[in-house]
Amino acid sequence: MLKYALQRIAYMILVFFIITLMCFVLIRMLPLPALAPNDPHAEIISIRREAMGYNKPYLVQFGIFLKNIFTNFDWGYSEQLYTGRLVTEVFAEKLPATMIVNLYSIIWTIPVGITLGIVAALKKNTWVDYTISTLTMVVISVPSFVYAFLVQYFFCYKLSWFPFVMKSGTDYFSWDMFVSMVPAILSLGFSVVAGFCRTTRAELTEVLTSDFMLLARTKGLTKFQATVRHAMRNCFVVILPGIFGEFIGILGGSLIIEQIFSIPGVGALTLNAINARDYNLFMLSTCFYTAIGLAAGLVVDISYGFIDPRIRVGSKK
Amino acid sequence: MSENTGYERIPAEKFAFVQENERITDQKFKTKARGFFADAMIRFCKNKSSVVATIILIILILYSIVAPFLSPYEITDKDGIYLNYPPYVRWISDLGLGIFDGSKTLSSQNDASMDMWEGVYLETGLQPVIGVTATYTTTVKQRGKDVERYTYDIEVNAYYAKGVIYRNLTYSEFEKIQEWQNETGIQVIYPYVEDTSDSRIWYETTSTGAAARDDDGNYIPAYSTNSAIEGAEYNSLRIEGDDGSYIYSIRKAGSVQVRLCYYTYYQYMNDGQEPCYIMGTNAIGQDIFCAIGVGARFSLIFAVIVSVINLSIGLVYGSLQGYYGGWVDMLLDRIADILSGVPFVVVTTLFQLHLANKVGVVPSFLFAFVLTGWIGMSSLTRRQFYRFKGQEFVLASKTLGASDRRVMFKHILPNGIGSIITSCALVIPGVIRSETTMTYLGIVDLSSAFGSTIGTLLSQGNSVVTTAPHALLFPSIFLGLLMICFNLFGNGLRDAFNPTTRGEGD
Repeated sequence: MLKYALQRIAYMILVFFIITLMCFVLIRMLPLPALAPNDPHAEIISIRREAMGYNKPYLVQFGIFLKNIFTNFDWGYSEQLYTGRLVTEVFAEKLPATMIVNLYSIIWTIPVGITLGIVAALKKNTWVDYTISTLTMVVISVPSFVYAFLVQYFFCYKLSWFPFVMKSGTDYFSWDMFVSMVPAILSLGFSVVAGFCRTTRAELTEVLTSDFMLLARTKGLTKFQATVRHAMRNCFVVILPGIFGEFIGILGGSLIIEQIFSIPGVGALTLNAINARDYNLFMLSTCFYTAIGLAAGLVVDISYGFIDPRIRVGSKK
Repeated sequence: MSENTGYERIPAEKFAFVQENERITDQKFKTKARGFFADAMIRFCKNKSSVVATIILIILILYSIVAPFLSPYEITDKDGIYLNYPPYVRWISDLGLGIFDGSKTLSSQNDASMDMWEGVYLETGLQPVIGVTATYTTTVKQRGKDVERYTYDIEVNAYYAKGVIYRNLTYSEFEKIQEWQNETGIQVIYPYVEDTSDSRIWYETTSTGAAARDDDGNYIPAYSTNSAIEGAEYNSLRIEGDDGSYIYSIRKAGSVQVRLCYYTYYQYMNDGQEPCYIMGTNAIGQDIFCAIGVGARFSLIFAVIVSVINLSIGLVYGSLQGYYGGWVDMLLDRIADILSGVPFVVVTTLFQLHLANKVGVVPSFLFAFVLTGWIGMSSLTRRQFYRFKGQEFVLASKTLGASDRRVMFKHILPNGIGSIITSCALVIPGVIRSETTMTYLGIVDLSSAFGSTIGTLLSQGNSVVTTAPHALLFPSIFLGLLMICFNLFGNGLRDAFNPTTRGEGD
């Protein structure tokens, strides 16, 4: 198992490295935005660019880029958006907002999603199941910005329970801040709820009809005991990796939801970097999103092995 | 039943031929033979929700084809004044049903503004106020006395409420409008008022801004009679009560400034047609009804093209992977892993930045989809190949000397076609979703190439969600319905083609 995990990690690092190289070359190939003639920063920026290896072959540039990262984690300076600031610094500033909003949304969505899934599976083929399944289907089909609009229109405008956009400032744990984050938390959460509900229902209905459930009931367990002790454990083989993946995903967040509710997070930063042609910043967020995507996949893969002995044994042969 | 014992010596003449002169053949099928697709079709039709979804889907697709023709407007028609205006169709509005009446709620209107609305009605003959929804009374102290002040929430017809505006016209246009007025008898240009603070106020006002009234309670006109500043000669309709002394324009550098009623000016500009916006207008003055059609048309065509390309690439790639296995599989799998690791936003952005100037926005957007889109299809095909390639019929055809290509595409692929077809139907909504997301975020700007897309409409609508919810509502409903129907349709197809996986994850 350990060998398998290490193999996977090494492979993932290799993939990450290749993707970084590809994106690096593609980004460096782009024409640089012209410097304003009378900008006091212009000279510094051009010196910085020289030091980063512009005008040298791309592989040499990549060497310099890697060297800077490995020696002192220097991803370069922001040129357009936050002139003269380290991009890592800017990025670290934006990360908490994204993480907190996503964390809150996970906290409410996972229990709700799994509960709904269980209810739907236990009441299979009744109106409860039909209602939950239909809603799940609708929520999964419709893109998140459509119900973000509904949330904004009804909760923020008609009922005016919440402000339209997230409060600015860095007091992430104050009550006001929480209230201003609620619309975003809700909108982010719907699709997660639906996803977990669907997986739980599909798994549980399958497990509930299996022979060992019949055995559990025959040997005298109540339906509740049998469901919780036997059926649920089997379900979690599939659900738990999903939860882990979701936790890695909170770093990434959603570009669209951040845009709609003006969350000052990494998503908004990435969009701004793209629009302002701030390549160093863009390079960092590219690596960031790539790493998150790969890590989430990795965690899901490995956790399957850790949770389920059957898969673990299978991987050894 | 009696024991049948006399069977040993049956005389020969008791035997008769069943058929003597007929040919012996297999019995013919009484029923019609039913193929794979026909069978799937029957199963599909039994699934009610999928059938309903398919019907709605067809309607939506028809809408996207027909709407741009049905709408009186082209996608390039952009009105400069009617921006984010609510739905309005004159003849439905006249029925008084409270729909399509261009209504907009205005809150806290005081007496002076109520006078102004009255003034708009008196001057142009178009009643902007549809109804008063609420009246609030507040008591204020004024010079030691309690005075009651009223404020109102009213519903107005936004199109009429625009009223009269100041506008600079060239001399030739000024004359053309006069000709049009003479022809149709519709008043466009109204007498000039020198006080240009609010173009809708044509009457004398008191210090509070309310209308000053004469002894009969009528408004007192404040039209200019100063012919020294008159811009050009006016030989057309004059308003009621004009003794010929009112001036209708004033001189500006190279042009004339006039007061014109925008509603009738709009009619003049659109060949006498009144505004007819079934779904209202968006932030740049386009007809949303038409814009959704145009956007949806693009989305659908684009999604179909992307799906077809991705399917073909994925099929070939997955077949190679699955059929040959071994190091080919591993190598191709690594390439797919690397490509699928790049975030889609990054792919789209890089393609836009690199290629948009060279090959255009749409092709570079297409490339972005093609770069990573085929991976799902290829892994699906690969799985099907692993399932079938060890089976006897494959071995048999190999023994008979079939080429690799023949085995792959004639023997193995048709067996997996069911799951492949069903995933096609689910690829299209995925593409539409990503496409909408990218245009919504503004990473890809297609509005210059196509006029509008659903994503662009949504992002335009999102900024005015409180003042003009219709601008967001209609595109949202359309997109939501489209996605739901596509998914239901796809699920129905999947159940029909693989009855064994019915109900899994719908």
